[in-house]
Amino acid sequence: MLLQETVHPLAETAARFVWWLPTLPLIGFVINGLLSLQAATKLGPADPSADADHAHAGHGAHAHDAHDAHAHDAHAHDAHDAHPPRHRYAAITSIIGPGVLIASFVLALAMFFAMRGVEADAPFVSRLFSWMPVGDFKLDAALQLDALSMVMVLVITGIGSLIHVFSVGYMQDDPGYPRYFAYLNLFVFFMLLLVLGANYVVTFVGWEGVGLCSYLLIGFWFSEQANADAGKKAFVVNRIGDFGFMVAMFLLFAHLGTLDYTAIAANAGTLEPGGAVVTAICLFLFIGCTGKSAQIPLFTWLPDAMAGPTPVSALIHAATMVTAGVFLIARSSVLFSLAPVASLTVALVGGLTAIFAASIGLKQWDIKKVLAYSTVSQLGYMFIGVGVGAYTAGVFHLVTHAFFKALLFLGSGSVIFAMHRAYHATHNHGDDAQDMRNMGGLKAMMPVTWTLLWIATLAIAGVPPFSGFFSKDEILSAAYSRAHESTLADASLLGMSGSTVLYLVWILGLASALITAIYMTRMMLYTFHGPNRTDEKSRPHLAEAPWVMTGPLVVLGVLSLFGGWLNLPEVITHMVPLGPAETLEHWLEPVVGEATARVSGGAAHVAVSTEQMLIAGAIVIAIAGIAIAKARLKPEALLTKDASEPSRGFERILERKWYVDEIYDALVVRPIHALSRSVLWKGVDVGLIDTLGANGSAAVTRFAGWIGSQLQTGRVGTYAWLLVIGAVVVLRAFTAGN
Amino acid sequence: MLVESLTLSAALFTIGVIGVLTRRNAIIVFMCVELMLNAVNLSFVALSKLYGATGQVFVIFVMTVAAAEAAVGLAIIIAIFRHKKSVNLQDINLLRG
Amino acid sequence: MIGQEVLPLFFTFHFYLFGLVALVGAIIFVTRKSPVAAAMWLVVVMFALAALYVMIGAEFIGMMQVLVYAGAIMVVFLFVVMLLNLGHPSELGDMRGRFGRIAAGFVGLGLVAQLLALSRNALTPELVLPVGAALPAVDQPGGIIGPVAAPLFNEYLLAFELTSVLLLVAIVGAVVLAKKRSA
Repeated sequence: MLLQETVHPLAETAARFVWWLPTLPLIGFVINGLLSLQAATKLGPADPSADADHAHAGHGAHAHDAHDAHAHDAHAHDAHDAHPPRHRYAAITSIIGPGVLIASFVLALAMFFAMRGVEADAPFVSRLFSWMPVGDFKLDAALQLDALSMVMVLVITGIGSLIHVFSVGYMQDDPGYPRYFAYLNLFVFFMLLLVLGANYVVTFVGWEGVGLCSYLLIGFWFSEQANADAGKKAFVVNRIGDFGFMVAMFLLFAHLGTLDYTAIAANAGTLEPGGAVVTAICLFLFIGCTGKSAQIPLFTWLPDAMAGPTPVSALIHAATMVTAGVFLIARSSVLFSLAPVASLTVALVGGLTAIFAASIGLKQWDIKKVLAYSTVSQLGYMFIGVGVGAYTAGVFHLVTHAFFKALLFLGSGSVIFAMHRAYHATHNHGDDAQDMRNMGGLKAMMPVTWTLLWIATLAIAGVPPFSGFFSKDEILSAAYSRAHESTLADASLLGMSGSTVLYLVWILGLASALITAIYMTRMMLYTFHGPNRTDEKSRPHLAEAPWVMTGPLVVLGVLSLFGGWLNLPEVITHMVPLGPAETLEHWLEPVVGEATARVSGGAAHVAVSTEQMLIAGAIVIAIAGIAIAKARLKPEALLTKDASEPSRGFERILERKWYVDEIYDALVVRPIHALSRSVLWKGVDVGLIDTLGANGSAAVTRFAGWIGSQLQTGRVGTYAWLLVIGAVVVLRAFTAGN
Repeated sequence: MLVESLTLSAALFTIGVIGVLTRRNAIIVFMCVELMLNAVNLSFVALSKLYGATGQVFVIFVMTVAAAEAAVGLAIIIAIFRHKKSVNLQDINLLRG
Repeated sequence: MIGQEVLPLFFTFHFYLFGLVALVGAIIFVTRKSPVAAAMWLVVVMFALAALYVMIGAEFIGMMQVLVYAGAIMVVFLFVVMLLNLGHPSELGDMRGRFGRIAAGFVGLGLVAQLLALSRNALTPELVLPVGAALPAVDQPGGIIGPVAAPLFNEYLLAFELTSVLLLVAIVGAVVLAKKRSA
């Protein structure tokens, strides 16, 4: 490669250790994995179903009805052994699991400071070995360190470290403790591979790997059918998206002959702007993104993924993995900026997903389900950002969302932990520890969690000066200004002009901002305010989680509060001197600057007065949402889960998630089932393959075998005869040649 | 003398083969095999006049292997005889399915 | 190489004599019904071959032939025959029927024809040796042992060592197989 001929300015800095970033978690995975194997053979009952009752600390979205059946057993057991022993290697795992992550984070920080010191036009690429040299096509196992991957690495290792530390407390009594950390470390390894990959294939390996870890961790408590099914669903739905990703790679290779990011960026100009090829590539890439990042139509797996332990939901299904799609589009910004139709599709799908998921979030009772739909909705926001060509805004929201959504999930984990502990102490196995109708008034018992969750709620609702306000506002103002004037506005999608589509997306974004504020306030009110609805026996046992769990929450709270300072808009810094403006924008300039400029067509921002109005509107909407929720919802009047009546009408539609799962079941799953059963199984498999293929070849083989068996008399003499005759024939053939 | 040696070797080898094919006493069959090995040894020695002493080195190896083979083979025959009270190859048909 | 040049006629005569003995002995060996008689005739063949080796200048192999084959292997054969009390002609039909013998004869004819054809090829070194390879000299003043020992302990040292392992395995295997089962 041309770039390698001159020594890169980062080559002598900490960046040369870039391979250690993913290697450290991999080492953690190997050690923890070995420890978990050891335990399975030596320690107590290896059958996780036998241990399921010990794992009260962190049963995620368990089907708690299943617990009723064991209630008696668990009772008897608890009477003898109130505190099940920790895993024998828990101490080692507690050091290694979070330790490798913190080491990775420190290394990433060193690289970050090294990068700040140098001016680098080209990304720093570190080649490990030549992976697939096939003819002209050359593919390296290489990592690429640039501004974008640096941001992602910092988020992954930073938030990852906090969540690992939190997990030490959350999972402490789980019998699968080392296995949990092994999976978590493996996940971080693949995630770092994904963001650091120097070509689409390395990224794809990470992409598949995080999918695998997601599957493993969703089904972490696999002894219950619902959890295993949720894992399978996530895996299968993601495969559909991966298909799109692969087709996009094939197209890229067919038309550009390379999959290296640097080479693609250099050669993208040869593709016709707005042409069919680049549009198809981008649309197929986006199909991949809809799978991984849970957008319409492939979002259904993410809410089910809440079956995993709550820290997993925070790390994988909120902060990092699900944002991989946003990262991928930002990484491919060169291509997307050439494909206005694809970009408009991304923005429109993002907008629709945002409002659709937000509406479902309005009527969920499971605290984690609320957050899951909120995640889907916020991911929609990020796609609006990258769709309208504001790649920095999309990545900015990715980062702030990682802060406050990780905080929300870990906070809810802390609540669930407390509920579980209380139920465990009083042997209450009937009530659902995740249902908000069983909570209420937790503010008094858990003041730290309460405070921090309010910070996160205000951040996600978009109240200044919390981080979410800045990132969300930037996306919305970008959508508005692009609708006003950009290359996207000149294109058209589905018969509508690009401008119309973008105004529509902007309105969808505003509306979902309002709904977001409402459902988040609702969650806070029902969980922490009003009277406590937990049963009387369990109530005294409700208490704040240990410091190993609240500590990471505090850090995340600070980040959620001040995350907006990463990229303050100029219009605000002009009015209020908060600090340097648009830091992230400048940081990401080498990666996405060219693409952003191409989309915006030079007109960077709308007039200052318009922008001020947009900001004011956003603030009004956020506060209005909170106020509406506060006025309309009465936590005092809420009944417990068992006492509630089923909802009716539109509420019921929302509670049942617009019946999307049922519709998919009827339209996709059942027809495929029927087709597989009647045609593929009964017809092709039984009729064709079994008769002709399996049984047919078996009959032929059997006949040939029968002939052969006639030669096998079992008498040594016969064999001697055959041997000699054969030898004569061979000799004859040998001498005949001469 | 080379041609004569090789001809004799071929004749001895064929006699060994015919013995293996026509006899049913396992021990005699075994001796026929030894005869065949000797015929091959004769070829080696005869051709070593032409191609160098390596042929004779191979004869030494053949002898060693033949000795090992005789020891193990005869032990097998003893084991079979103890089991079947016979060394007739017609009776040794355990391979028969 | 003592005297082959001096007394060529002596060597040639004995070569043909022992060749004839070996051939006739082999035919008698293969037609004997009694295993003991067959074994004794095989010993005759072995001795004749040993003499033959000496006549064509491979004295060392001739010695080995007497020691290993006639002296050791055949003794083991006789020992087993006597151990199993198989000395008298076999009670069952030891020989195949007429058809079998005729068929064996034909196969044997075919085999000997092919072998002879093959040995013609072996006599033209150009067909066997790589192009340009010189024929190594065998006749050396120091006798035959040197030329035989040199490759045995240089090129083929590993194979030579392995044969000792093979013999050890054979000993152990023979003991295990022939031992009476205690259980």
